[in-house]
Amino acid sequence: MTLTRITTKKFAALAAGKGGGVRSAPARPLTVCLSALVLAFSLSLAAQQKQKSSAGKDGVYAPLAKTPAKALASKNPLKNDPDAVTAGEKLFGLHCAECHGDMAQGGRKGPSLLVSEVQQAPPGALFWILSNGVVRRGMPVWSKLPEPQRWQIVSYIKSLSPSSQAPADGWKPPSDPDSTKK
Amino acid sequence: MAFLGAIVTCGAAQESPYIVTYDHYLEEPGSLEVEYFSTFGTQRPGNDFHAFWTEFEYGATAWWTTEAYFDGQTTFNDSTIFTGFRWENRFRLLQLEHFINPVLYLEYEQISGADKIMKEVEGHDVEADHAIPNAVARKEHDHEVESKLLLSKTFRGWNIAENTIATKNLTGGNPWEFGYAIGASRPLALKASSKRCNLCWENFVVGLEMYGGLGDRHRFGLHDTSHYLAPVASWNLPSDWTLRLSPGFGLNDNSHRFLLRWGVSREFSGFGSSIGSMIGRMFGGSR
Repeated sequence: MTLTRITTKKFAALAAGKGGGVRSAPARPLTVCLSALVLAFSLSLAAQQKQKSSAGKDGVYAPLAKTPAKALASKNPLKNDPDAVTAGEKLFGLHCAECHGDMAQGGRKGPSLLVSEVQQAPPGALFWILSNGVVRRGMPVWSKLPEPQRWQIVSYIKSLSPSSQAPADGWKPPSDPDSTKK
Repeated sequence: MAFLGAIVTCGAAQESPYIVTYDHYLEEPGSLEVEYFSTFGTQRPGNDFHAFWTEFEYGATAWWTTEAYFDGQTTFNDSTIFTGFRWENRFRLLQLEHFINPVLYLEYEQISGADKIMKEVEGHDVEADHAIPNAVARKEHDHEVESKLLLSKTFRGWNIAENTIATKNLTGGNPWEFGYAIGASRPLALKASSKRCNLCWENFVVGLEMYGGLGDRHRFGLHDTSHYLAPVASWNLPSDWTLRLSPGFGLNDNSHRFLLRWGVSREFSGFGSSIGSMIGRMFGGSR
């Protein structure tokens, strides 16, 4: 057995204290690693601060404008499910409220979802944003939630304002400042 | 953990059940997840062992997660020792979701030869490597860089993930070693119930993972290495705790016959911003 021979040979070398790869552990890598962790944490704080300052009110809803036509056209399969809003409220509290606020009024990291840009957006646009996130601006991808759960969250968000009852046909996507820069 | 709980709020964990395989989902930005994992392994010939690690996983941004691991193990009838640390980073490569979603994984690890956590299997890792007494094995110090390409997709509730591993031990002239991990998992219910509950079906995720070595640059392949098949299950509690359990079974004579792995984790949402605010207040900032 080749493998047993390798192991036995390694064992013998180690026991004799003269293994090829055997040497005392320098303390430096631990210091380097801890420094790198501190640096990573500092960089992330800086990145989060930059995201906050760069996502002005005008641009923060712009990703909705990037929703593909196919996604815009998709209908909420749970629209007539009486439990969807309640379940969505629970899921919102678990996954979204930390950033968007308990009542979706906006929080330290996430914008308000009560504004007309969101409330009048087609359900498909909200579902698409939820599934793809806005990674560049700090919103994570939520496709790890099964599709029905994402639709439940969309149902809850759409239930938050009476204006959400307005037909989506007249919805115009928010302008995208990034596209005007190009 | 009590200190962490005092300064940050809770957000819900929605963790995958995998112990070895990674999917493409990163930690939410600003969240800290503290995890503890155990592996009990049978050993032929020799003493069974209990290896464990503590993991601090932080969402630096929506596209970057960084983690620190601290490993240890107890070999029965031998000793309990600290076996090293790892610093891991995962980078999301594409902004939007695609048919397959790639994530780049880079890790530096400084571990001793007595490390038995088996966070991955690579090269020609075999059961006999773990039969060496701790007093001898701990004299070997490995400095490794490890890279992985994580590919993953979630469709109709099913997550399918595949990881390709390439590792280089910087100590001595060791060749690149390779390994793999694949997994599939699904929640027991796709729709959430309207009540806040611990025992709802949607809180349970079950699946299967398989992992093993692929040899090294000189002897590539599935032979002369070990392979495992392991059912996995996780229980995501609304209180932000996640429990995982995975019995693993060796698939060939080079593998441990049985591995029982379990873990517990808790996520602290808003950790980054809370610490940032605290630092701001300490230095008279206006946060």
